[in-house]
Amino acid sequence: MENSLVLLLLLTPFVGFLFNVFFGKKAGKNISGAIGTIAVVVSFAMSVYFFMQLNTSGKAIQVKLFDWIQLGNLKVDFGILLDQLSLLWLLFVTGIGSLIHLYSISYMHDDENMHKFFAYLNLFVFFMITLVVGSNLLVMFIGWEGVGLCSYLLIGFWYKNQDYNDAAKKAFIMNRIGDLGFLIGIFILASMCGSLDFIAMKTHFLSIYMNTPQNVFLTGIAALCLFIGATGKSAQLPLYTWLPDAMAGPTPVSALIHAATMVTAGIFMITRMNFLFDLTHDVQHIIAVVGAITALVAASIGLLQNDIKKVLAYSTVSQLGLMFLALGMGAYTVAVFHVITHAFFKACLFLGSGSVIHALHGEQDMRKMGGLRKVMPITFATMLISTLAIAGIFPFAGFWSKDEILMVAFEHNKVLWIVGSIASIMTAFYMFRLMYLTFFREFRGTEEQKHHLHESPSLITLPLIILAALATVGGLINLPGSNWLNHFLEPILATKHEHHALGSQEYMLMAIALTGAIIGIVWAYSKYIKQGFVPKEDSEISGFSKTIYNKYYVDEFYTSLIVKPLNGLSNFFRTTLEPALGKVVYGFGTVANGIGNQGKKLQTGSIGLYLFAFVIGLLAIVSYLFLAQ
Amino acid sequence: MENILNQIGIENYIFLSVLLFCIGVFGVLYRRNAIIVFMSIEIMLNAVNLLFVAFSTYWQDAKGEVFVFFSMAVAAAEVAVGLAILVAVFRNIGSVDISNLKNLKG
Repeated sequence: MENSLVLLLLLTPFVGFLFNVFFGKKAGKNISGAIGTIAVVVSFAMSVYFFMQLNTSGKAIQVKLFDWIQLGNLKVDFGILLDQLSLLWLLFVTGIGSLIHLYSISYMHDDENMHKFFAYLNLFVFFMITLVVGSNLLVMFIGWEGVGLCSYLLIGFWYKNQDYNDAAKKAFIMNRIGDLGFLIGIFILASMCGSLDFIAMKTHFLSIYMNTPQNVFLTGIAALCLFIGATGKSAQLPLYTWLPDAMAGPTPVSALIHAATMVTAGIFMITRMNFLFDLTHDVQHIIAVVGAITALVAASIGLLQNDIKKVLAYSTVSQLGLMFLALGMGAYTVAVFHVITHAFFKACLFLGSGSVIHALHGEQDMRKMGGLRKVMPITFATMLISTLAIAGIFPFAGFWSKDEILMVAFEHNKVLWIVGSIASIMTAFYMFRLMYLTFFREFRGTEEQKHHLHESPSLITLPLIILAALATVGGLINLPGSNWLNHFLEPILATKHEHHALGSQEYMLMAIALTGAIIGIVWAYSKYIKQGFVPKEDSEISGFSKTIYNKYYVDEFYTSLIVKPLNGLSNFFRTTLEPALGKVVYGFGTVANGIGNQGKKLQTGSIGLYLFAFVIGLLAIVSYLFLAQ
Repeated sequence: MENILNQIGIENYIFLSVLLFCIGVFGVLYRRNAIIVFMSIEIMLNAVNLLFVAFSTYWQDAKGEVFVFFSMAVAAAEVAVGLAILVAVFRNIGSVDISNLKNLKG
């Protein structure tokens, strides 16, 4: 019974994928979309069911589907582990996934390849579930690679545009770099623990390793390798550059994959492996620093972007950075809390921007928007709520989670706290800049666009409303004082974190964070509402803002540091080495050919000569035999 | 039975055999007619057969004679195949002159 329900949870999206691949086109757009959505809703229902079960029994559900790999001492099962962490992830992956599928029915309705879109989305959900529920690192790795593949397919969904294809390839390759790290980490752990099962590894590290630490250095390397894997998937420095480019995909994809679910896989993995990271404090420190720097750098780039989705993309990178900051300080539950609230409001923001783009027939440049508040009231209201949430305004969800991260940072390291706070102020600024430029003042697009402006249909606004509601109340799951989430996640954490009662210091930090957010908002208000400032054309930007606008030239830096030398090397191989090698190989052929041509002359075809040679040869042999005696 | 070798010495058989063999060799080398080349080869074969029989008698051992039977059977088969080839060659190029058979030139 339980097994089949677990399979139902896991395989329904896959069935949806198969249906859409084989029959989607024939079935028509509405049916294809409906099947795709229902498949995910079924998974969501199953997640809720298991969540309830876990809440009553308090016991994690383990299912072993089959023996998978047996190599020497290493034994890997294809197993499923439904514990507090994976169920929490499942709930918001399938929940938000369902909403986004619903949204896509309307959003993608004009696309001729809608069935393909739903097939990819279903496949993505399937792999994401695999990633989350896997009971060992290798099953997780399958999901990890699978979501990467789907991300690639969906970024390049409009494959007729070469730029989009390039963006897809970039995402894939950047992820591959991280995945290499992840794989090496898996190998090291397999050789150290003799198992990849999370529970077995936890036992190994908590009992055997803690008592007699061996291979301390190797353990650190393993943790670092896993973190490198996480930087690829979760877009951290130095591998973050793929995420902004990934906005080439359709907006629901950006919302589902590149904001709410896939990019949080790195955080999921590190939380899963918390017993390992707790033992390697140096690596934890690296994670915290990388997270903080990423948060700051991405937020500062976001200040000047004009593409509405790019702003959100950099915002995502920045928020992920904050989550890593929390992870690095060992505050796993805080990071998970922010993942969940972020999933709510960022999905809502992306879907809202999709609604705006939909109304403007594909226009993404905020300089050509404005004044949409009156024509799109629902989109405006929901996005405003989410913006307040991400900016960290009391009492929206983002306030609670971000505040906790900053609180933890304050306790551990004041410098990281300052960096995180600055990033938060910047977040408030660029998010309100986005709101002001999009929804306030006059419309700056063409007359024709203005004529066609309209609020999106209810299939689009319904998910927005639900997500905005969640973004409002999402903080309830871990309010200071009740800390439901912290208690809920306690069983999966190796070391218990004490939670401080609310004191004057905490209230002061909250006040500082809130003040910072308000400063950012007021700053944006004075610049874009009062002064009516509209960002200049690309060519007119100069000075330091040009550097920021061009994303600190990181892409160009990577191009000149890695891509160009690599291309040069390839070119050298192609133009010099390959012909040289070719000549050598061809030379053997020429020599053999020459020998053959010479030998050919012996074959005169004159039988008399052959016979003569035959007799002479015979005589030679006979006389040799005589002489040899 | 009285040994025939007492009347005619073994060396005479060897001389005859060598003579026949040489005739065969020169026939093969100097004649252009394929049939005569063929006949010369037969002479060489028979020279060897003769030597076999002579030594067989000399050593009072029947193995040599057995060999001769084998060699004669093989020679008969060879003649059958060879002459058939020659007939086919003649039909194709209208001659059995071996200097005309140059189709296998490399």
